[in-house]
Amino acid sequence: MLTIPVSHGLLLAGILFLLGFVCVLVRRNIIFILLGLEIMFNAAGLAFVAAGARWGQPDGQIMFLFILTTAAAEVSIGLALVFQLVHRLHTLDIDQADGMKG
Amino acid sequence: MTNIIFYLAAGVAILSTFMVITRLNAVHALLYLIVSLLSVALIFFILGAPFAAALEVIIYAGAIMILFIFVIMMLNLGPPAIEKERLLLKPGMWLGPGLLAAILLIELVLILTGPGSATKAAEVPPRAVGLTLFGPYVLGVELASILLLAGLVGAFHLARKERND
Repeated sequence: MLTIPVSHGLLLAGILFLLGFVCVLVRRNIIFILLGLEIMFNAAGLAFVAAGARWGQPDGQIMFLFILTTAAAEVSIGLALVFQLVHRLHTLDIDQADGMKG
Repeated sequence: MTNIIFYLAAGVAILSTFMVITRLNAVHALLYLIVSLLSVALIFFILGAPFAAALEVIIYAGAIMILFIFVIMMLNLGPPAIEKERLLLKPGMWLGPGLLAAILLIELVLILTGPGSATKAAEVPPRAVGLTLFGPYVLGVELASILLLAGLVGAFHLARKERND
């Protein structure tokens, strides 16, 4: 039977989430920012599946399904925004999109 | 035995994710991200969630990554793209992801040919997942369908080019 402690699965999810977070913070290319968001979604799903496997219940996998749905909707909107950015500003650098002086 | 497979897959996941965030070329990063998603799918399989593992490969590594690749292809039009394409076919580009994916393949073969219950956790079968999904969580399924519809309409509206621009 399985001897992997659930804390190691959660630790792996935490490391992957942190890597995605660093990607979002450090990179200024909008495609890499979307990739970092995907990594973070995936890490959250991994945490749910690891916790669900600990108790042998299907609920963790169901939360993973909902996360998957959210990620799919998010990436379609995000890539549409990439098209708008390239169409209007002819660049992938999101620092160029500072028209609102944020 | 299981532990070694789990920690090796975890190491591949962390290494390939690190390579994703340090690449300069988006296509290189996508290749490493696909390897990372495949290793997470293998971890799901080890943790006894085969349905989640299949969905990870089909939807994440399949559909969502294909979306990214389509967008990158549509943004890289013109003669410079051909020169870029030539650079992409060099061995140095696919050697890293290929090696990491080969490690995952070896692990998968070890799991599938190993003794049945010794290499996996207590499995939650897809049947139990489906029964729970359309039982207590049916409201969540409806909300997910509304979210996907909103995503469809929003993506269609945002990606459309304005005529008088």
